[in-house]
Amino acid sequence: MSSALLEVRQLCKSFGALRATDQVDLAVSEGETHAIIGPNGAGKTTLIGQLAGNLRPDSGSIHFSGEDVTRLATHKRSHRGLSRSFQITSVYRNFSALENVSLAIQAHRGHSFRFWKPARTERVLTDPALELLKKVNLETRADVLAANLAHGEQRQLEIAMALASRPRLLLLDEPVAGMGIEESQRMIGFLAGLKGSATMILVEHDMDAVFALADRISVLVYGRIIATGTPAEIRANAEVRRAYLGEDA
Amino acid sequence: MPAPRTLVLFALLAVLAAVPPLAAAFNEPFYLDLFRRIMIFSIAALSLNLILGYGGMVSFGHAAYLGIGAYSVGILAFYDITSGWLQWPLAIGASAILAAAIGAVSIRTSGIYFIMITLAFTQMLYYFGISLEEFGGDDGMRLKAKSDFSGLIDLNDPTAFYYLVLALLVVLLWLVHRIVNSRFGRVIRAAHSNEARTRAIGLSPYPYRLAAFVIAGAICGLAGALLVNHTAYLTPDFMNWTRSGELMFMVILGGIATTSGPLLGAAALLLLEDWLQGSDLLPKDWVRDHWQLYLGLVLILVVVFAKRGLAGLFAGRHE
Repeated sequence: MSSALLEVRQLCKSFGALRATDQVDLAVSEGETHAIIGPNGAGKTTLIGQLAGNLRPDSGSIHFSGEDVTRLATHKRSHRGLSRSFQITSVYRNFSALENVSLAIQAHRGHSFRFWKPARTERVLTDPALELLKKVNLETRADVLAANLAHGEQRQLEIAMALASRPRLLLLDEPVAGMGIEESQRMIGFLAGLKGSATMILVEHDMDAVFALADRISVLVYGRIIATGTPAEIRANAEVRRAYLGEDA
Repeated sequence: MPAPRTLVLFALLAVLAAVPPLAAAFNEPFYLDLFRRIMIFSIAALSLNLILGYGGMVSFGHAAYLGIGAYSVGILAFYDITSGWLQWPLAIGASAILAAAIGAVSIRTSGIYFIMITLAFTQMLYYFGISLEEFGGDDGMRLKAKSDFSGLIDLNDPTAFYYLVLALLVVLLWLVHRIVNSRFGRVIRAAHSNEARTRAIGLSPYPYRLAAFVIAGAICGLAGALLVNHTAYLTPDFMNWTRSGELMFMVILGGIATTSGPLLGAAALLLLEDWLQGSDLLPKDWVRDHWQLYLGLVLILVVVFAKRGLAGLFAGRHE
């Protein structure tokens, strides 16, 4: 397993009596798109939170690129190349789309103790930000306040922000949640285009998205991973069908 | 064509510049005094606006720096060190150091805890001020002599002092405006807007918030140095929590996170206070003696009906 970019061993996290993460082992290799699926309340977002550094695990370890990052603060993980999107859209609502991405770029261009020059006029920030907006098809919306963007557009904006750090691993928490069919098809197409250039962990309810994108799938039920395998293997797995797919697929 | 709010700001500054000749023409020196006071509080309020308005740090202890600035000048003057070149940098430096200490502790908390910690620190200073018998204790003391700028500017000349305060106000309005729009200011505003997102993109808000807190403390320390020269008197009351509350009200009344807000808020509050206290138009027994009650009512109306404060009335939608 030495080629694994992310290696999670025996991760546990409880909230009171609830074992939200229960001895999770997970290995994601470079270039892979790894989906994590599971019913509501299975602990998917809790797991992502621990990978991104928002939550401290009770025990177990997380290694990223060979380094133990189990107790590393979120912003430091971002600088190591771990980048996330949120399940509930999380952008700066009172900033324009361009400023949102431009700030994400700024976060990776040295310190921000620069007090004088207006950031809005700094082309070293706005040029690459525009480039990223173009990549997610938002270039015509650059000057619109994020609060005034459509839901799908805000999700696209989040992806652009997550990409601003040139991440080695992208944690995507339900990227197509709440999107209409057309929007989600577009997002799936876009993420498919990222495959190969970025390693991704995809937490998703939408099975179309999962089976379209994932190289491997892990199934999380009550905090435990009950199966990991290729999409074909997961589809065929009897336990998975019983626990999850059978109900709504 | 500049935004309406910018025009309002320039108009206000023009009015302020016109006060001394008008006050002289109408032989009403009181107005010179009143407007100088308004400008000094505008400076204090604009420093609070940097952390409260843009940074979302609801400091309920901002009067601490007003007090430290005033005491730095007052105590040096007490020992016959009257050079402003020494007093004012000391007032600013001492306030910055104090802000660094208070900020280092309080910024680790948020919400109600942040409010309580900043309040607690300031009350400690207030009672410390009261305990300083040598410097007048509870009653405070007269400022022995105004700060001396080796003949360059004479603070005993009311008009010269007035224009000095106006010049400082303009410079500081501009300074804060630059800061807010810089990379640094963007981080401060971002951390206010969405902290989780800010960490996720790779920024730790703490050092930036602390720096903003120190800058705000330093500016307010300067306001304290101005205030003690203005009143020629200093008392622990400069640091009382009610004073911190007044500064907060100026910021909120004027419109948080706006350039002109602190100026509008300070002017509105102090003019209203002056009018309610002194107006002959109003029956004395039920208005003048209870002017704070009416002030409170006006403030409630503004907060309810002008959600973005007075500056919001002149707003372009996009700012």
